[in-house]
Amino acid sequence: MRNTRSFNGASVRVDNLSKFYGDVAAVADISFEFAASEFVTLLGPSGSGKTTTLMMIAGFEIPTAGEIFINDKPVASEPPRSRNLGMVFQNYALFPHMSVFDNVAFPLKMRNLPADEIKRAVGEALEVVNLVGYDARLPRQLSGGQQQRVAFARAIVFKPPVLLMDEPLGALDKNLRQRLQLEVKRIQRDLGVTVIYVTHDQEEALVMSDRIFLMNRGGVEQSGSPEDLYNRPRTAFVAGFLGETNFLETNVRATRDGMLDLTIGETLVRAPFTEAFPSGAGKLAIRPEKLWISSSAAADANCLPCTVTETIFVGDHLRLVAELPTGEKLAIKQQERFGSDHPEPGSRMMVCWHPQDGRVLSAAPR
Amino acid sequence: MGKSFMSNQATVGHAIPVVMSRESQIARYARQRRWEEYRYVLYTLPLLIYLLTFYLYPVATMLVRSFQGPNGLTLEYFAQLFESPAYSRIFWETIKLSVVTTVWALLLAYPLAYCMAQASPTRTGVMMALVLVPFWTSVLVRSYAWMVLLGREGIVNQFLLRFALTEKPVELLYSRFAVYLAMVHILLPFMVLPLYSVMAAMDRNLIRAADGLGATPRRIFQHIVLPLSIPGIAAGCLLVFILALGFYITPALVGGPRDMTVSTLIGQQLEMYEWNFAAALAAILLGIALISFAVFDKAIGMDKLFKR
Repeated sequence: MRNTRSFNGASVRVDNLSKFYGDVAAVADISFEFAASEFVTLLGPSGSGKTTTLMMIAGFEIPTAGEIFINDKPVASEPPRSRNLGMVFQNYALFPHMSVFDNVAFPLKMRNLPADEIKRAVGEALEVVNLVGYDARLPRQLSGGQQQRVAFARAIVFKPPVLLMDEPLGALDKNLRQRLQLEVKRIQRDLGVTVIYVTHDQEEALVMSDRIFLMNRGGVEQSGSPEDLYNRPRTAFVAGFLGETNFLETNVRATRDGMLDLTIGETLVRAPFTEAFPSGAGKLAIRPEKLWISSSAAADANCLPCTVTETIFVGDHLRLVAELPTGEKLAIKQQERFGSDHPEPGSRMMVCWHPQDGRVLSAAPR
Repeated sequence: MGKSFMSNQATVGHAIPVVMSRESQIARYARQRRWEEYRYVLYTLPLLIYLLTFYLYPVATMLVRSFQGPNGLTLEYFAQLFESPAYSRIFWETIKLSVVTTVWALLLAYPLAYCMAQASPTRTGVMMALVLVPFWTSVLVRSYAWMVLLGREGIVNQFLLRFALTEKPVELLYSRFAVYLAMVHILLPFMVLPLYSVMAAMDRNLIRAADGLGATPRRIFQHIVLPLSIPGIAAGCLLVFILALGFYITPALVGGPRDMTVSTLIGQQLEMYEWNFAAALAAILLGIALISFAVFDKAIGMDKLFKR
């Protein structure tokens, strides 16, 4: 008999998928492929099309155009019940009139499995989610976190090759959410199931995903590993959505030694060469934690004169706001170890960063 | 010196009212809370007075009268009912009539309510209007409308004769069939509304979840929709059954002599000034209604209907 801890994930491929509501495109011609056993997150603001995409994969929304393949088998015209996918809903969608056991047993009963096998499989699933002994409870007798676990157990008990999750942790408080993030990730790794996870929470996406597909206005803005998206954003939207970013108006002057020469105001700075570098006007994106304040310009660093306007002590670091002569403001996250002298608000200093920490992005949004 | 004494005095004098005002503040809060409790009673007071005067008092009088013989308390009026087979037959027929009406109303209303809950808001609105428009028409008008439709010269018979589906007019009116038809029609909204309210409150994701977990439409209905709509079914059945028990005009107009209901019997007895017997009949009807209500409350729980 097969062990719960070893079922095979399936690959998921989406070809030119679109969904229109009247003239409005919720999802506009997206294509991607997820490998088996991959943890993929569809990340994006509300209205970006991430949930619609998930619902089309699940079969609850019918695509206007395009095809969906699960293990290379086209499924777009199949009803949800024959796609054999696990799904965890945002509000859990537990059957309120059924006990925890009956909820988790439901997919197995629908598959007409014998009672003893159902009992064993449900027991195993409840063990995986740490809910042994809760069989007889009704959903309303459980806390939000426990309900979430039941929903998760119900979605994996029939060993689906793909698990779809629609903001499953959205309704929980922050601490519980962080704990469950790691737990879901662990279970996914143990089971080897392919997970397609929808969230608007960038931190959640960074923590859990093998790959993130950042969606915006019905399309995929950029996809890649969390590190890729965070450190090498290709557009201002990506840089702004994942983490905190400062944007500076800049002009690209020349390419020299594999680096770009830029001007910010009157000052010449350098930045790494990017394939999609725009000539002329662009935006230079720099993370607050890559900036530091110093009384003098450092060698090998880009430095701009500035006026410190705010200094806030936040425990493990200082938050500063520096104003450039151009009037632009920069948020700075400075570790205490850079010097015990807190710059007083109003003092004239230099704000510096290493050339490789800046990224030139196209000024025009997609 | 005198000045500073005065200022001290002023400070002390100030401190006392502060302490006092805190105590009076607590008292004021308590008064306020009590007032808020009473306020709700006050809001319902006009209705309470109205019900006490025009409903509870007459009902109580009626109940008293059903036990009140010429020589003190008696059960003879109730006994009278069970002694006469004709009377008990009317009772059983009324209950049967109510049960059958309830079942038909349920069978017709359930799919409609389900459609209404699934449809787009505009369509739901249209269906709701179609359900409610007859509801706003008087029962008398609707009963007469059925007479026009079902009579010997009525539209249905004209149609049947025109297309030679029958050789002579069918006796549709003044039959049990006509009573069922008219009563189901009149009572349908009372079944549709509670069913719809339960089904509209049902989380759509539950059906999606069941679908995604491998349930066929039939099994989604059997395992999810039907169990979750039981409070609505029970409430609708209770409403229709209790209302059907007391039906008077419709069976009298469209039914035959064998379709006499308890209400008609009560009316007859009143015309013959048999007040006590009429009161006993009414008391039994009230008893049946209360018992069905109690059974419902025990089995389903009234709170299920008002759950948030």
